[in-house]
Amino acid sequence: MNYRESRSRLVEKNKGVRDKRTTLAEAVKLIHDGDHVAIGGLQYTRTPMGVIWEIIRQRKKDLTFYKTLLSFEGDWLYVSGAMRKAVTSWFSGGVSWGVSKIMRSYAEADPSSFEEWSLLGLSLRFRAGAMGLPCIPAKSMIGSDLEKTLDLKPFKCPYSGEDLVLVPAVNPDVAIIHTQVADKFGNAQIFGPPCMDADIAKAANHVILTTEQLVDNEDIRDNPNLTAIPFFCVDAVVELPYGCYPHECYGLYEPAYASLGEYGQGLLKAEDRMAFVRGYLDKYFYSPNDFEDYLSLFGVKSLLETTRKGRIWKP
Amino acid sequence: MTATYNPAELTVIVGSRSLKDGQILFAGTGLPLLSAIHAQNSHAPSLAIMFEVGGVSPQVQIGSLPRSANEARSVRRSVAMPATIDVLLYLQRGFVDVGFLGGAQIDKYGNLNSSVIGTLEKPVIRLPGSGGANDIASSANSIFIISYHEKKRFVDKVDYVTSPGFLDGGRSREKSGLLGGGVEKVITNLGILEFDKETREMTLVAVHPGVTVEEVQAKTGFKLRVADDLAVTTPPSEDELKLLRALDPEKRFLKPGEF
Repeated sequence: MNYRESRSRLVEKNKGVRDKRTTLAEAVKLIHDGDHVAIGGLQYTRTPMGVIWEIIRQRKKDLTFYKTLLSFEGDWLYVSGAMRKAVTSWFSGGVSWGVSKIMRSYAEADPSSFEEWSLLGLSLRFRAGAMGLPCIPAKSMIGSDLEKTLDLKPFKCPYSGEDLVLVPAVNPDVAIIHTQVADKFGNAQIFGPPCMDADIAKAANHVILTTEQLVDNEDIRDNPNLTAIPFFCVDAVVELPYGCYPHECYGLYEPAYASLGEYGQGLLKAEDRMAFVRGYLDKYFYSPNDFEDYLSLFGVKSLLETTRKGRIWKP
Repeated sequence: MTATYNPAELTVIVGSRSLKDGQILFAGTGLPLLSAIHAQNSHAPSLAIMFEVGGVSPQVQIGSLPRSANEARSVRRSVAMPATIDVLLYLQRGFVDVGFLGGAQIDKYGNLNSSVIGTLEKPVIRLPGSGGANDIASSANSIFIISYHEKKRFVDKVDYVTSPGFLDGGRSREKSGLLGGGVEKVITNLGILEFDKETREMTLVAVHPGVTVEEVQAKTGFKLRVADDLAVTTPPSEDELKLLRALDPEKRFLKPGEF
């Protein structure tokens, strides 16, 4: 999006303190076909899976997604038709399940559907967007083929004479983020790795926030240094326990390795991979009546085990 | 008595030995992660590891190995958890002594490809991509690489430079404006390779027990330089293997054969 236009949109937006609680279905209406959407978290930590789930259920189309490292959710977004293009530094299932065959079939058929940046390069794009700047200099990607194939501009520092590259800011239409705790105004606190969530929240024109636990505004004020995202960034707040499932939420639950493995191994073995993923989407995305129904598919045993192993806080 | 070990175990242990106590290390996932944790639990207890998800100096629990470098298990009991960008900027600022990487394809100048076999426009195999590898290779003060040694991986020129080594050799890396020192060492299941100080070409400096120079050359896709004082690696000890196997009891990373 045009740099000035993105700022104007923010200037005009209602950013005041108000109750932003809503349902997942309502919140996802902030996303329109063709939008650019930034996803919080990294690989399979603190993925806003509930919002991704609802995006797929609402049959959104032609979206461009930005994420630090994309995992299996990238497969689901491709096959559902929601994702036209992935902008990421890495896209795979993970070491245990090898390169994503779904990513391969999309990216090999249409190379423009997967745009690869270095992780720092993409992070700097988010930060430039968050800083209200159109671009930012970097010392990464220099000399590599990333420099040759991406929209980078060589730039000589006017002070030191150092060779740098400029990376363009990204101001997504919407950022989707999941945190452990938030209040109804959208003050969101993160425990564990903050990933790039604070930056994408500032860079985006709108933010959909899901949270494990809604807390009172007074609780936020007890530890204001934990607030990664202040209320004025946020447009919608949805309380969604286990909202990263089957990914992890730091300090609360581990990834559901068994379920991820079932998908990963199933995909490796499937004769018709697209049919396999469509079957997965039918079962986990389209069929459940609501998010609780979705969680029921993983089962109480899975929820308990990942909670027991992932719970870090001492009482 | 000589211990028996598979190629992955040997490579990880040689990787572990190459790390020094007190170093600040940035590690990728897979075998580099295992080498780092092995070193931390043996000769290098104060080795500080960083992962791109944002953990500084974590204490990964033995028997609870993460599946990736990027989850709660891999940042367990870190001293700090900065944002991804800030962890990567430690590299750019110069805090990181060693970056430890794997890679799909490597060439004689130490350039790595984890993006594509073929070209971006006409990919034969699209690979997962850089992650933080490009940033680590660009700016870590030195780079170690772990790789399975075979002809299709050790190529004259990589299809795509994801992570810069010495680029076109000679002084080309210095001239490019990159900050980090480039590749110091490549550790494989056959031996250890370093880079000539002038031409920056890959040079075999050590072979593992029972491996011949001819065998390494046969599995390398370019003419290999061989050091005059070629060394032979000390085989893994029982203690080294015992610790390693305790780290990965399910053999998630230490599978026999190719890795």
